[in-house]
Amino acid sequence: MTEPTSTSVPHAVYVYEKPVRLWHSLNALVIVALTVTGYLIASPLASVGGEASNHFVMGYVRFLHFAAGYLLAIGLLFRAYWAYAGNEHARQIFLPPLLSRDFWQGVGHEVLWYAFLAKEPKKYIGHNPLAVLFMHFVFVWGMLFMILTGFALYGEGTGQGSWQHALFSSWVLPIFGDSQNLHSWHHLVMWLIVCFIMSHIYVAVREDKLSRQTILSAIVTGWRTFKDDKPVDDIH
Amino acid sequence: MNETFYDVMRRQGITRRSFLKFCSLTAASLGLSPAFAPKIAHAMETKPRIPVLWLHGLECTCCSESFIRSGHPLAKDVILSMLSLDYDDTIMAAAGHNAEAIIDEIVEKYKGNYILAVEGNAPLAEDGMYCIIGGKPFVEQLKYAAESCKAIISWGSCASWGCVQAAKPNPTRATPVHKIPGLADKPIIKVPGCPPIAEVMTAVVAYLLTFEKLPTLDRQGRPQMFYSQRIHDKCYRRPHFDAGQFVEHWDDEAARQGHCLYKMGCKGPTTYNACSTVRWNEGVSFPIQSGHGCIGCSEDGFWDKGGFYQRLTDINDFSIEANADAVGGTAATVVGVGIAAHAGLTALKRAKQPGADQQ
Repeated sequence: MTEPTSTSVPHAVYVYEKPVRLWHSLNALVIVALTVTGYLIASPLASVGGEASNHFVMGYVRFLHFAAGYLLAIGLLFRAYWAYAGNEHARQIFLPPLLSRDFWQGVGHEVLWYAFLAKEPKKYIGHNPLAVLFMHFVFVWGMLFMILTGFALYGEGTGQGSWQHALFSSWVLPIFGDSQNLHSWHHLVMWLIVCFIMSHIYVAVREDKLSRQTILSAIVTGWRTFKDDKPVDDIH
Repeated sequence: MNETFYDVMRRQGITRRSFLKFCSLTAASLGLSPAFAPKIAHAMETKPRIPVLWLHGLECTCCSESFIRSGHPLAKDVILSMLSLDYDDTIMAAAGHNAEAIIDEIVEKYKGNYILAVEGNAPLAEDGMYCIIGGKPFVEQLKYAAESCKAIISWGSCASWGCVQAAKPNPTRATPVHKIPGLADKPIIKVPGCPPIAEVMTAVVAYLLTFEKLPTLDRQGRPQMFYSQRIHDKCYRRPHFDAGQFVEHWDDEAARQGHCLYKMGCKGPTTYNACSTVRWNEGVSFPIQSGHGCIGCSEDGFWDKGGFYQRLTDINDFSIEANADAVGGTAATVVGVGIAAHAGLTALKRAKQPGADQQ
């Protein structure tokens, strides 16, 4: 990997390694699947007629939800490993530098940029500080919350004695008081994730157009290219 | 003085044969192997019977009503003879000072060796003045009786969770047994339900009295043998749920066919109880079987979660009635409108700065 120097940057930097990109597209797929099937579990499709033995609509919807849930959890586990094994950018959304003054100044500048008060965005090889903040607190913690509560709900069905119940339901259920509260929270955070994804796609497209580095092509190819020769702002 | 359970039963005119039947039935209903039936019989023949004090606080007596309708009449007779003789202000013969004296007598005579069964809960507001028993606040009677008991059974959702009298804003501060400040630190068995199933109640008492130990409890303090599965897990309408066949209106064909009541707000999927297996009234039926969804009466807070006929829980923390979809959908709409506005402003800004367009 090419390390940036303090004065100038190469035209392109390899930022998102293959496993990170793979995780990103897997997440995109399973989160859409989980949101749609999850919504249909809470508000099922119109009833089907005939004999019960001829249909398995809810069964398939729930199967898709559980299978996608497993993929999401396994993906996050793998990604957590890659945060350790991968390059420095792979760690960015897991370990935000919350104690760094520069980081918060960067957040401040990004807020001004989005409020149309700053003339120019800063230039980053990795995520900008505001993005790091949101990805860490909304996405990473949101996913963790959904996986924990999701497995706790799943463990209710697999029942006592199952590992899902022992590892998740047995302690998550008492925290939320009862199953109904747990369902509501799982449902509410789904909407939080939906809001995150809407903003995520919007700012990715917007930054791709307006900022000084590529965004959309970077998550596809892994290479970040720059539109000018000015020094970058996230030198470590 | 200390007669055994067997003595009590024989005095009630129960034959040895019926007694052994009861032991087998109790073993079966507790989920024990047939080898336990003789053990139960032996325990009942040899152990002195443990008195049970049955106190009534802020409640509707539906627990007692359920209890005396236990599906197996023999079990009912036996259990009732075990405890009604001591103190239960609804069904005991004594009244007034004589009745109240029984509590003192038991507390002193069986110190640390009686079971305290509590039906209802204690209102704490105004020093407990909203529930007076024998001229004193119920909370005092409860604390006094709990001081020297062996274990406490919280009958029903009132004693276990608070139930309707604890519904917001809870003007009397009705408080479930395990949350009463200053109550002696005794093991508490919660048997929630409004009311709990009669067979579950008698089985819990029988277990306590014969084995002299608490049944295995889950994290919320309920006996695992009856509260480890949801109504939904063993519901006979479950195949309709998996097939996607739901009742959409109370008078539609699906309702007549007995399809799943999920869309009608049935709380079976979130309620831990044994209704769908043990059922009610000698196994005749249970709410879902008679065409009405489960209202989740054995779950904490079921009274404050919005309509019984809605799938999604009401969220009242925004001071308007809403559910997860209303709150989340509004948030998503706000974000969407925000994005559109921001994108519009961005385009406007760019249009005003032609110089910034070079790439």
